[in-house]
Order: sequence, then C-alpha cells, then structure tokens
Amino acid sequence: MRGLFAAASVRLVCGVLWLALAAAGARGFETEAMQDFGTGPQRIDVLSTTDIAYMQPVIDAYLVRHPDVTLHYVVASSQEVYRAVAEEEAPFDLVISSAMDLQMKIANDGLARPLPAALMSGQPGWARWRDLLVAVTQEPVVLLLGRDALPPGTPAPTTRRELIDLLRDHPDRFRGKVATYDPAVSGAGYLFAAQDARLSDAFWRLAEVMGRLDAKLYCCSAGMIGDIAEGRMLLGYNVLGSYAPGNDADGLRIVELQDYTLTLLRTALVPERARAPEAGAEFLAFLLSAEGQALVAEGAGLPALDADAFDRNPHLRPIRLDPGLLANLDQITRRRFLEEWRAALIQP
Amino acid sequence: MLLQLLLLAACLSVGLYAAVRLGADRASEATFDAVLGAAAGSLAEEVRVAEGGITVDLPPATFSMLSAMGEERIFYRVDVDGAPVTGYADLPLPEQLPTALAPSFYDANYRDTDVRIAAILRSIRIDGRAAPLLVLLAETRQGQGAIAARLGNRAAVLGLAIFLAAIPFSLYFARSFLSPIDRLAEAVGRRGARDLRPLRHPAPSELQPFVTALNSFIARLRGTLSQTETFLAEAAHHIRTPLTVMRNEAELALRQSGEEETRARLRGLIRAADESARSASQLLDHATVLYRAEQADWAEMDLAKLVRDLVERFRPAAEMRDISVRLEVRGTLPTRADPVLVEAALRNIIDNAVKYSAPDGLVEVMAEAVAGEARVTVMDRGRGLAGVVDQGLKRRFRRGANVSDVPGSGLGLTIVEEAAQAMGGSFAIGPREGGGTCAVFSLPLL
Amino acid sequence: MRFLLVEDNAELAASVAARLKLDGHAVDSAATLDEAEACLGVAGYDLILLDMMLPDGDGRDFLARHRKASRETPVIVMTARSAVTDRIDALDTGADDYVTKPFDFAELEARCRAVLRRRGGGAQTLRTYGDLTFDPLAATLAVGEERRELRSREVRLFELFLNAPERILSKEHLCDRLFSFSEPVSDNAIEVYVGRLRKKLAGSRARIETVRGLGYRLTGG
Repeated sequence: MRGLFAAASVRLVCGVLWLALAAAGARGFETEAMQDFGTGPQRIDVLSTTDIAYMQPVIDAYLVRHPDVTLHYVVASSQEVYRAVAEEEAPFDLVISSAMDLQMKIANDGLARPLPAALMSGQPGWARWRDLLVAVTQEPVVLLLGRDALPPGTPAPTTRRELIDLLRDHPDRFRGKVATYDPAVSGAGYLFAAQDARLSDAFWRLAEVMGRLDAKLYCCSAGMIGDIAEGRMLLGYNVLGSYAPGNDADGLRIVELQDYTLTLLRTALVPERARAPEAGAEFLAFLLSAEGQALVAEGAGLPALDADAFDRNPHLRPIRLDPGLLANLDQITRRRFLEEWRAALIQP
Repeated sequence: MLLQLLLLAACLSVGLYAAVRLGADRASEATFDAVLGAAAGSLAEEVRVAEGGITVDLPPATFSMLSAMGEERIFYRVDVDGAPVTGYADLPLPEQLPTALAPSFYDANYRDTDVRIAAILRSIRIDGRAAPLLVLLAETRQGQGAIAARLGNRAAVLGLAIFLAAIPFSLYFARSFLSPIDRLAEAVGRRGARDLRPLRHPAPSELQPFVTALNSFIARLRGTLSQTETFLAEAAHHIRTPLTVMRNEAELALRQSGEEETRARLRGLIRAADESARSASQLLDHATVLYRAEQADWAEMDLAKLVRDLVERFRPAAEMRDISVRLEVRGTLPTRADPVLVEAALRNIIDNAVKYSAPDGLVEVMAEAVAGEARVTVMDRGRGLAGVVDQGLKRRFRRGANVSDVPGSGLGLTIVEEAAQAMGGSFAIGPREGGGTCAVFSLPLL
Repeated sequence: MRFLLVEDNAELAASVAARLKLDGHAVDSAATLDEAEACLGVAGYDLILLDMMLPDGDGRDFLARHRKASRETPVIVMTARSAVTDRIDALDTGADDYVTKPFDFAELEARCRAVLRRRGGGAQTLRTYGDLTFDPLAATLAVGEERRELRSREVRLFELFLNAPERILSKEHLCDRLFSFSEPVSDNAIEVYVGRLRKKLAGSRARIETVRGLGYRLTGG
C-alpha cells in the first residue's frame, strides 16, 4: 500500500485541477475536485467518490488506448453523488461510489441503465445486482491499532469479544483514545454500524464500552487514520482498510477481526440520463478487465475484486449487494437506529 | 390434407402454449403473491408507536429475501391516518382498501415499470384512539414473468416441432398420434395452480422426448419456487402470537365449559393450533437447514456436549408422558459442523422418538465414536415404521402410513437427511429388533 | 406460586394470566421491561415468564441485567421465533429454559417444575391431606413414614384431585388435563392412571372413589 497524503499531493501539477467547495457552475450539488484527462472529441463524464489520485493510473492507461477520449472526472461526497444522480439528474456517463446503499437506491429506483451483458457475465453474484450495479473494488473494514495501542505483552485482539475485553480491562489507557465513525454524520459509518448490528450481538456491547470510554467520533476514515498515526488516538474501529498506510508505516497495525470482517464493495453504474452511456460502460469494462484491476490494485492501492479472497479468508463478509440495503436508508428506520446508537453510546 | 394438418398443428401448439402458460402463470403468481403478502405483513409488524411518534424498523432480511427470488426491484410505502409516513410516497394506492383480514394484491405501473403490489390494512393505537395503518409493498415481477414465458414458449416450440415432424406420416398415423397428445394437453390444462408434479401421463414412445422436456421445465420451475421457502420462514413466526392467544383461550374455555359438544370442538381447535404451529416450526427448520447448508459455515464443536444438552431439554416434555430418556455419552466427540444444523437434525430425531413412543416408554440416546465417525443412535419402542422403506419417508412431506393420529408435517426426516448430507455425514433409519425404530446420525470425527 | 409475566401483547398476557390464575397461581403482568423492573423492586416472585421482544428493549438485555444483579428468580423465556439459532441464543443469554409459542400449559408447568427442582427453589411445596404428605417437586407421596415415588402423570393427576378434594371430577375433565390434545388417548387410559394412583395410596385413609357414571373423587382427608 502507499501513503495517502503523499499520493494526494503528487497530482496537483498536471491537468486542470480546481477545488469547488461551493456550487460549481450550474451544478446544484457540491463537488470537491474535478479534472479533465485527454483532449479527444469523445467526452466521458465520470462522477465518483474516489479521489483523483487513486484513479489516475487507470485513466492514463485507458487514454493510451483511446486517444479520442476526453475524460471529465468529478469527485464529490457520497451524499452529493447520490443527490446529483437522483435529484438533479446530472448527465454523467459513469458513477462510482463507496456508498453501497445509495447506489442500490439509484438502481432500485430505476435511475440506472442496464449494463452490457458481456460486461456483467463474468461477475460473481455477490459483486453485482441485476445488470444495473457492479462492484469495482472490495475493501475490508478493519480495526486499526496505533503504535502504542497495546499494553506491553498484550496480544492484539482477534475478535470483537476480545476487543471488548481489552477495552474493559484497560479503561484508563483507552479513555478518550478510541476512534470510530459517527454514523449520524457519515454514510459509510452508518452502513457499517447497521451491518454490524445485523451480524453480531457483540456490536451493541462494543458501542456501550466505547461510549463509556468517551470514544471520539469522526466523519471520515482519513481523520481517524491521521489521528492514530500521530498518536492522538490509540485505536480505530471500522476504519476503511484501503485508506490506511501499510503495517510498517508509523507502527500502525491493521487487524481484520476473525469473527467477521465486513467488506465494502465500491460500485459503479451508468445513470439513465447519461449522454454517452456506451462510452461510460466501455471505461467501466476496462476498469473491470484484468489490466484495469491490476492498475487499481498496484497503481492506486485499492484492493481489486478477488472472489478467492473469501475462500481463503472465511472471516471476510462482503456486504450484501441487494435491496436489503434499502431498509437501512429508510429515514424512520435510520432515526430509530441512531437513537439506539446514541442510547448505547451515551449512558445515564 | 397437409394444410388441415398444419392448421391442426398450429391450433394444438397454441392450445398447449396457452395451457402451460396459464398453469405456470397462475402457479407462480400465487406463490409470489403469498411471499409478497407475508413480507408486507412482516413490514406492518415493524410499525409501532413510541413516545416520539411512529417508529419503523424495516427488516433488511425481508427485503433481501424478497429480492433474492429474482433480483426484483422493491418499493414500499407506509401510511398512517391516510398520510404517508415513510417510503415512496407516490406509490399508487389500491382502488379498494384491503380488509383487515387479508392483504389485497394489484398490478400497477410505477416509475415506468410494471409492479405487483400487496396492500395490508391494520389499525394502530395513537393517543388512545385507533388509526388506520396501510402498508404497501411492491416488487417487479421479472423473475415470474420470465419463468412463465420461458415455459410457455418452449412448450409451443416443441409442440410445433413435433407436429411438423409428424406431417410426412400418413393421416392414419396422424390420427393415432393426435389423440394421446390431446389427452396430454388436457392433462396439463386440467392441473391445479400449484400442481407441479412431473407429468406421468401414459404417452406413446414417440411423445417421450416431449414429455421429458416438459417435465424438465416443471422441475426447473419447482426449483425456483422452492426458494420461497427461505422466505416463508421469515413469515412463519408472525403467526405464532395470535396462535398462542387462540390456543390459550380455547384451553380456558375448555376448562370452563360443561357441554360435551362444545368441549369436543374446542379440543379440535387446540389440535389444529398445535398442528399449525408444528408445521410452521418444521418449515422454518427446513428453510434454515437449506439456507445454512449452502452457507457451509462450519466450526469445531463437541457433538457429545450438544447431545447431552439437547437430551436435558427434552426431558420435561418426555416426562409429561411418562417417557424416560436414557442417555449414554462418554468423553468428547470433536467434529467440524454447523451446530445449528446438528441441533435441528438431532432435535427432529429425538422429537420423533418421543412423539411415537407409547406412555411409560423408554427412548435411548447414545453418542459414541465408531470407525472415525461421531455417531448418535436414537432408539425407541414406538410403533415403528410399519414396513415403509426408509428412503420414501425421508422425502419431503412424506409420512408413515400408521401415524395419522399424531400431528406432523412429514418434513422431520427430510430435515435430518439434508442436514447430514450437507455436513458430509449420513443418516439411516430402520426398524429395531424387537419392535420400534432405530435412527443413526453420523458425522465425520475431526 | 407467584409469577411475573412480562409480555407486551395485551391479549396474550391476559389469557396466560387467566390460565395461571385458574390453577391457583398469583400473577403480576408487566407490558414493558420498565414495568417488570418496577414489579421486581416491590415483590418477590417464584418464577418470571419473559417475552423476548418488548417495546422498550430486548429480553436479552433484561436477562443480562437480571443476572448481573444476581437475582435468583428463575426465568423461562417465551419465544415466538422458533428458528434454532434463536433457541440456542435464549439459553446462552442466561434463561433457565424456554417454551415456544404457542405452548401447552401442561408443558409450561412441567418446565416450571423442572426449573424449580434444578434451582432447589420453591421453598414451601409440601402439601398434606389427611395422613398424606405430597411433594410435587420431588414427585413423592409419603404415607406416614413410607415415601413412595410418583411418575410425572401420577403427580399431575394427584394434584388435580388435591386441588378439589371431595369434589367429583369427570373423566373428560381429567383426560383434558392429563394428556396432550395431540396424543391418541384410549377410553380406559384414565382408569389405568387412577388405578396406579390408588396403589400408591394404599395404607392411607385417603382414597379415590369411583362415582359411577360421573367420575372420581378424592376423599378421606
């Protein structure tokens, strides 16, 4: 893997990169960054939650083969990506997002276009939904341990139960030093928490324990990783592993819990309103090809799709890509879940 | 004459197509509706009133399973007091409100796609008064349409092909040809909506390929429909609470009534409640077994401990009928298996032994290591198998010929068999020397 | 015995309570976990019957708190879900036993008895009648110094008589209480059990009389 911060700064020099924190141009949704690649007459508009730096190697390789293409790449938060497609009907040709539930809602609500059969036929059942939605990466959601997280001589926890015991046994050490997502603010955090609650009884106990230790809540994985790397926090629960630097850097340790480790699927779809749907699907096909996947994995450091990983590591659980995800999006269900979460976290 | 024959061929193909298509349509629609209705019911169950107003806790598993049947798209809407509370507020309402007793089903076009909608009306208490709660659950029906269309089309093509091939033969041949096909078509057309048995109608050998093909479609349709069981499981537990109330009330009434005719009726009612509950349990077990067998989620476990715990759980129920359970287990029996599957299998075996034992009977349970296997043997002195071959009994919904006075769904041994197979073990059941039954369940030792 | 019934479905709670009261038990009903805690704060119970899904929380949380507070009262869980996973779960969380809805009251009683026997609880269970001492938990009947073991059905049959001494109990009534509705019962089954019970009563002043055409009666107390 590679350092996130270094990679992010390298690309500032090339192309036209600008930040548009407020509404950019005629758009009603907020974008974070955008960049044009290539100069060809065929334009492809890609909307994504993935930072430009991660996608650069794949886009460069694609443009070598298709010199006639100009690829307009826009980065936005997952909520804004959803708003752009579902509410503003912005004409993008390919939409890539890590928010599986929002992507599923777009597809379920009829706002996605069927993808070519040739593209879908090779995809395993867990990595796609109908011919509308397909996974491009699979990323484990992990426990991240800082350099001094463990008391001397203590082994790293391997299950949620062991994690609970560790936190309970050393309350003074971990007080104010535990980081996790704030599900009320972060879509990904909410998705992980809802999945956790579905898969394990231990989750609510863990939430109580974290609450007792005054856990700090974050909007994003990057913030947690930064604070853990710099020692302000000792331990992060439900960190998106793909964003964390490797095990050697900064003495951080990535732990995949053995009772189960959720695996997030970053998914792609072609919106109904696309101007050049064939071109969008073609770029997606390249992204899913052996070459594209290798570039995603090696060039960008995002884990490529690998069905064998689930056989080799039975603790890995892909988050199910099906309308079950819609249940969690229901506003009242969400409110109720967040109330329960708050009750577990903030005890009288 | 050729023209006439062609015309006949066309007519019969169309007839066959219509019959198969209609049958498949009706069968699959009824099944899909049952599932959708149950799903809407479980959704309605999750709508409650709390301090802060209405709360809903949508069950993701319900959506997942509904979708798993054919990767359908799903929409829902919850109205309280005639106003949308959550979900898709523009989902079309039914023309006539459903009654409180049964969900209503209707077709509609929503977001440019055809959907089937189940509507359920309940009432919910808000601020001390009853308010109507309307739950709509919609799904696309691509899976169902595809199954029915495929079946119908292939039947039509095959029918046509066979008839075209028959044309070169003489009219005499044709005549002797037509009547069995007529009968066959009639047999298919006559079938009930849920009848998905393979066609066993006697047919001349020339028609065998057609019958074989038709049977293979039926088998495929049945396979798809069997997935609904996964889902029925989710719904099964929702009938239990009302069933309990009904059973209790009947039992109370029985205690207080002196009139023998009423009492006999009440006893019938209780028996019916028990029977429903038992069937629901077994359906649920069966669905669990099918689902978990596929998950192959094995872990190391001690079969001896599980058997000991399970037998202790059975003692009070057995003792009620003065049946003793003798347990013989030594040491540990480490295996690699899914404890949930093993529990379901052994519970069904022991339950059978207790159920069919006479009062004062003895059920013996042994767990031991034999030739690399962890083997659990359950023996009773019950009424035995009455000479029925065990393979037949293990099939779904098959029951012995001598048990009509004891409630049961006939799924029990199927559950055991499927659980054993899933974990690389085996299951055998046979008559015991000196009367009764002996069942042996084995798993590979670790 | 005194039961605490924790069940949010009002109809169900009412019918379970009515049924238990009919057998002479005292029952307090709680519709929420909060109410249950309040009841436990002011009264002592022999047994708690607990529904798993309640409006203000999960029965599992209640069990966890119950065990943590090391309260001794045994708990029997009434579960509507019969999936095997849920059953295993209920016992793991510290319940003493469970029944699956809908349940047979005779079975519930049998399980209550088994739980109390295991816990050695139910302090005062001995009952006397004339020169007889009856211990339903230990399933023994003592005539003077001599103790006799009873089988389960004999215990229940004797309890029925003991609850209504000197009253005539009809065969049908006894049948309904003694046998599960789902099991085939022959006409003379009751006579067989009454016969056995009479043998166990031998030597006592108490006896079970046959009242021709009407049924049986316990007398001699």
